[in-house]
Amino acid sequence: MAAHLKKRVYEEFSKVVQQPQEEIATKKLRLTKPSKSAALHIDLCKATSPADALQYLLQFARKPVEAESVEGVVRILLEHYYKENDPSVRLKIASLLGLLSKTAGFSPDCIMDDAINILQNEKSHQVLAQLLDTLLAIGTKLPENQAVQMRLVDVACKHLTDTSHGVRNKCLQLLGNLGSLEKSVTKDAEGLAARDVQKIIGDYFSDQDPRVRTAAIKAMLQLHERGLKLHQTIYNQACKLLSDDYEQVRSAAVQLIWVVSQLYPESIVPIPSSNEEIRLVDDAFGKICHMVSDGSWVVRVQAAKLLRKRTAHERAKELYSSGEFSSGRKWGDDAPKEEVDTGAVNLIESGACGAFVHGLEDEMYEVRIAAVEALCMLAQSSPSFAEKCLDFLVDMFNDEIEEVRLQSIHTMRKISNNITLREDQLDTVLAVLEDSSRDIREALHELLCCTNVSTKEGIHLALVELLKNLAKYPTDRDSIWKCLKFLGSRHPTLVLPLVPELLSTHPFFDTAEPDMDDPAYIAVLVLIFNAAKTCPTMPALFSDHTFRHYAYLRDSLSHLVPALRLPGRKLVSSAVSPNITPQEDPSQQFLQQSLERVYSLQHLDPQGAQELLEFTIRDLQRLGELQSELAGVADFSAAYLRCQLLLIKALQEKLWNVAAPLYLRQSDLASAAAKQIMEETYKMEFMYSGVENKQVVIIHHMRLQAKALQLIVTARTTRGVDPLFGMCEKFLQEVDFFQRCFIADLPHMQDSFVDKLLDLMPRLMTSKPAEVVKILQTMLRQSTFLHLPLPEQIHKASATIIEPAGESDNPLRFTSGLVVALDVDATLEHVQDPQSTVKVQVLYPDGQAQMIHPKPADFRNPGPGRHRLITQVYLSHTAWTEPCQVEVRLLLAYNSNARIPKFSWIEGGEVSPQVETSIEGTIPFSKPVKVYIMPKPARR
Amino acid sequence: MPEIRVTPLGAGQDVGRSCILVSIAGKNVMLDCGMHMGFSDDRRFPDFSYITQSGRLTDFLDCVIISHFHLDHCGALPYFSEMVGYDGPIYMTHPTQAICPILLEDYRKIAVDKKGEANFFTSQMIKDCMKKVVAVHLHQTVQVDDELEIKAYYAGHVLGAAMFQIKVGSESVVYTGDYNMTPDRHLGAAWIDKCRPNLLITESTYATTIRDSKRCRERDFLKKVHETVERGGKVLIPVFALGRAQELCILLETFWERMNLKVPIYFSTGLTEKANHYYKLFITWTNQKIRKTFVQRNMFEFKHIKAFDRAFADNPGPMVVFATPGMLHAGQSLQIFRKWAGNEKNMVIMPGYCVQGTVGHKILSGQRKLEMEGRQVLEVKMQVEYMSFSAHADAKGIMQLVGQAEPESVLLVHGEAKKMEFLKQKIEQEFRVDCYMPANGETVVLPTSPSIPGGISLGLLKREMAQGLLPEAKRPRLLHGTLIMKDSNFRLVSSEQALKELGLAEHQLRFTCRVHLHDTRKEQETAMRVYSHLKSILKDHCVQHLPDGSVTVESILIQAAAPSEDPATKVLLVSWTYQDEELGSYLTSLLKKGLPQAPS
Repeated sequence: MAAHLKKRVYEEFSKVVQQPQEEIATKKLRLTKPSKSAALHIDLCKATSPADALQYLLQFARKPVEAESVEGVVRILLEHYYKENDPSVRLKIASLLGLLSKTAGFSPDCIMDDAINILQNEKSHQVLAQLLDTLLAIGTKLPENQAVQMRLVDVACKHLTDTSHGVRNKCLQLLGNLGSLEKSVTKDAEGLAARDVQKIIGDYFSDQDPRVRTAAIKAMLQLHERGLKLHQTIYNQACKLLSDDYEQVRSAAVQLIWVVSQLYPESIVPIPSSNEEIRLVDDAFGKICHMVSDGSWVVRVQAAKLLRKRTAHERAKELYSSGEFSSGRKWGDDAPKEEVDTGAVNLIESGACGAFVHGLEDEMYEVRIAAVEALCMLAQSSPSFAEKCLDFLVDMFNDEIEEVRLQSIHTMRKISNNITLREDQLDTVLAVLEDSSRDIREALHELLCCTNVSTKEGIHLALVELLKNLAKYPTDRDSIWKCLKFLGSRHPTLVLPLVPELLSTHPFFDTAEPDMDDPAYIAVLVLIFNAAKTCPTMPALFSDHTFRHYAYLRDSLSHLVPALRLPGRKLVSSAVSPNITPQEDPSQQFLQQSLERVYSLQHLDPQGAQELLEFTIRDLQRLGELQSELAGVADFSAAYLRCQLLLIKALQEKLWNVAAPLYLRQSDLASAAAKQIMEETYKMEFMYSGVENKQVVIIHHMRLQAKALQLIVTARTTRGVDPLFGMCEKFLQEVDFFQRCFIADLPHMQDSFVDKLLDLMPRLMTSKPAEVVKILQTMLRQSTFLHLPLPEQIHKASATIIEPAGESDNPLRFTSGLVVALDVDATLEHVQDPQSTVKVQVLYPDGQAQMIHPKPADFRNPGPGRHRLITQVYLSHTAWTEPCQVEVRLLLAYNSNARIPKFSWIEGGEVSPQVETSIEGTIPFSKPVKVYIMPKPARR
Repeated sequence: MPEIRVTPLGAGQDVGRSCILVSIAGKNVMLDCGMHMGFSDDRRFPDFSYITQSGRLTDFLDCVIISHFHLDHCGALPYFSEMVGYDGPIYMTHPTQAICPILLEDYRKIAVDKKGEANFFTSQMIKDCMKKVVAVHLHQTVQVDDELEIKAYYAGHVLGAAMFQIKVGSESVVYTGDYNMTPDRHLGAAWIDKCRPNLLITESTYATTIRDSKRCRERDFLKKVHETVERGGKVLIPVFALGRAQELCILLETFWERMNLKVPIYFSTGLTEKANHYYKLFITWTNQKIRKTFVQRNMFEFKHIKAFDRAFADNPGPMVVFATPGMLHAGQSLQIFRKWAGNEKNMVIMPGYCVQGTVGHKILSGQRKLEMEGRQVLEVKMQVEYMSFSAHADAKGIMQLVGQAEPESVLLVHGEAKKMEFLKQKIEQEFRVDCYMPANGETVVLPTSPSIPGGISLGLLKREMAQGLLPEAKRPRLLHGTLIMKDSNFRLVSSEQALKELGLAEHQLRFTCRVHLHDTRKEQETAMRVYSHLKSILKDHCVQHLPDGSVTVESILIQAAAPSEDPATKVLLVSWTYQDEELGSYLTSLLKKGLPQAPS
């Protein structure tokens, strides 16, 4: 097969495929591709001017080159390179060489000599830089080859003295990426005396060009990333660069300082202008703090980010106890004691907070966000720091940019385990509940869920504010109830004294029974019931109707109201649902057993096989319903078995036994089965998160079988041979494609359909369609059932539309022809990359369907694996006489290309050959919601 | 020796009437032209007679620069240009140019109409004065004349405030005006690049203060206002029409909206409306948030803040009033203050700095009984609060700016002497630069060593390059050439080219020197010994022994001769051209030490 597809370098290159008439004459299928290098050679020879040549090269670059023909192409390019006078063409050739050497499966060491050779004679700086880039590509492709690396480093060192910054940049990059890690390389490299790469790079810290300085620092960081231990002397050099004139240099230098400080935290450095000494890590921290007040915001962001990355745990404490770093403290020490009349002398108690105060008050919100994040990381590692920074964080809740507010609320939530809010802080926090942004409010609810409150007044205040919020924004209902649930269960003792007041019970008089449907009342009850769970004395304070309401809410809102141990009320205490206690092992075992049973399928007769599959599918489905944590695996396996079942059924059809022309009608079932299998396979591939490559192979294999089935059915039901040609060819191409994509997995697929198919491929290629179909049919029957390995973690993507709820009887009225905005709020679970895959579909009663792509900003990510889509969908229609329902649902879009390993070096997104076989489609993955709408004719 | 001279006419160890004269490379520039709030006699304006006793000021000044529109920086401008007489250019930014005349007019009205002063500038004078203004953009380099150029940097503080770099050749001075290093609700922070001026003239209002978090202050402010209003009290916030007022308005406006408060907020009319108009207009000068959101809603279009009418002051119930001027020294704020001072439920919040002598300063320093005009005594029962919302850089901010600009020396103005002294020490300690703090009328002289650019001919440079390695930053290198000064520019060329250009013939200049050596051997042998000796020492040079018995080192000729009188002594004749002076003199000193004892 491979031999068939292999291209010969100087083969004739006219496109045979383009002349189908001839093909019909021969009735043979041939897959031919033109030779890349030959075409290029001819093109380049034809080129009359450099511009022409450049055009040819650009065109050439749009198409990929297979690994086997790379070398030929490279030779042609090099040959042309020597002849070419125009630097721009040479530049393009150089860049092509780089791209080509990245081709997978091509070993570029054979072109290295040539590349170095042409480098020596090159005069143009730009081309030189490009050539060095090419060498870099070659060098990174051959990481094991020490000699090559040494040689390239040598070349780089030679060109470091070039006058062009571009060339020097590239040289430094080369050094950073390839500079030897160990000085003592084997003896064979003696001639190229091992160089001290760090020293060489370090020398360029003082280059006259800022771009080169930046490149030098970056190269140094690159060395570090590759595992080379940087010398401590670099620290001093880098410190000098902190006061560089150029922001990119400073920004990189800050990074370098951080890196070195992590390498040598305990070394001692002297403090200039005094004879004291401090540890290097402290010194570096001080310097980074200082950079938070740099003149350029790029540097400020970088510095603030690095503050966060400090991993050294115990240092966080010193942040506020020792004041070395920020000059703020130095000031505090010797500020004049005189009282300035304004009384405004308010020194910041802790020096490090100085850096943070700066960061938090920065003009650019990017810096502020970075500072908040830094604060978060440090607070998480040190509870005492968390307490200190609380005030600053609370202050950030009033920031003018919503993003910053949101970020600080999230930060607060993350550290809330360590802290207890004071009443005044709680006050400030709660004030934000009135914010008009839904995100802010919901983030705040989540924060309150895990906040510790110190007093009962605090709880009361929180409740009052939340109820106010509820009154103002009724849509927050669910979120507020959830928040109160946690608030109650966290603070039972604080809620207890509030109960009479909250339920407005009176010692002597019966009070009116509150309205059971009032969301505010429900909110209060949720708080109380959750507190009562751990506080057995509380139910004594309830009045009769409270118990009744409890029973009602326990049923209707069971996720919010816990089971209470109420005296003398059996009804309530026994209501413990069986599925709360998961017994993992038995069900897991059950799943395994039923799956194993299935793999004995091969030995059963078709009837038995069908029955076994049906039973197993039923079992799996039931298991999935009962055990939510196994639902993903169970559904996934069930889907696969269903495919197999369909396949078996289709092959059992009588249609195969009778002469073709008679079975036009009955073939329905088989082709429907093929279609359904295809659908199932797409669902399996794209609706589950955590599907690995080995599953994808199996799925694709199943799909291939379905396609074969389709082909056979079509062959049986259509007359004439002509349309079959195309189909056969396409199918064979797909087989070819399958082989190319999953070549590594083929050995695991012994005796499978594709395995047999590939054996017969040479024969198939030359056969007539009828013959092909015949072969396929027998193979399909003989092939074995492939075992589907289960992935570690698999979850089915699902979506629930919260809003619109679909309950309303009032139609949404709007003037026909104009648009009406419909708010859609949905939660998505286990959807990867929802921004690009999730779509909203609107189905009108007349069958018209509309697909809407939500904006990326409409997706929020409240937790791992969870997404929230809050968007507006615009509806419009011509006038109706009656209000009618439209259906809104969410779709998961897929592209069969997405999972296929890409061939490298496709420049600029030009169509690659695979795209021909790619299929795009959508899978509905939420229950549709009906919305009542009424477009009215416009009034004149 | 070139020098920079700086003389503050105002704002030297003082706050108010900023006016600083700078002479730089023969150019005279006046920075700011302000008035003093604390005085109402001659002392309120700078003493312009210092510049010249007679004759037009135009002849003595190259330009005037106004940093921002506060009256203590521009209040004396019409007096200076129209009454004293100045016709040269006046530079300011666009917002300053727009707002300045409004404030001047307001100031004139108070002085003339309320206080009845005579001999004050008129409205027409303000207009004439503004006609001389040249507006500049941020970071735009403006050529005042062939040599003098100025450039504006963003300074925060108030709308349109700018720092100015004044540059002549390679000498430069940066004047900060008033600036703010922390951004606030409506303006960004001051920023300057690393321009390394010879002198940085910076304000130092808060020389000893390091402020706490701005957000804290905002929260306190809102809390105080909220509490007073809830108690049913009235809140008076004296502000200047522009600047802080807008910041506080935005603050209160958003707070009111968030807390859904209904208590009225008033802003004294007239100025405010015009001012807000300009704030809406110059949106590019405000901070990131306002710039980004103004498409949806311009932050300066207030919903809750209404115009104030004099009659409202007597209305019952709580209210918040912003009134001008900010130091309670005159005008509406003082009137309202008088009305409300007696009630302890009320509150006055001073959001900024108060100059000595104003009512604001008095009540802040704790005075409870004030003597008003007409000998009546006003007892102050209302609460007096100070909230530092003044948008000046604090000590840390000043240090930060010095760090950013990296000046060679610093000069402090616009602050109190005692505090300046402290900051001066700090700056000298931290940056190791000279720091000055002249009083009014005192001149600071700063010697400078300007670098003079010179050209070098390509031929010469290439020859040098070909000779040796690439230039190294750390090591100086010697280069021979001829410096030609012609039409005040300098060129370094090779001597041949210089000769050619000047039409001169080349003269050969040779130095000869005799060195006496004690040597009994023959001349040839001596020469031979000299040769081997030099050969062993000067390894880098080309040492040759010529057939005629002489020795050459490069182009230096050494001949040995035996003087007839003393055969035991040999005379070595060393001769070299002046180009080889270095090597020649080295050789002579080497030979004078004598030859090593040869193994005989």
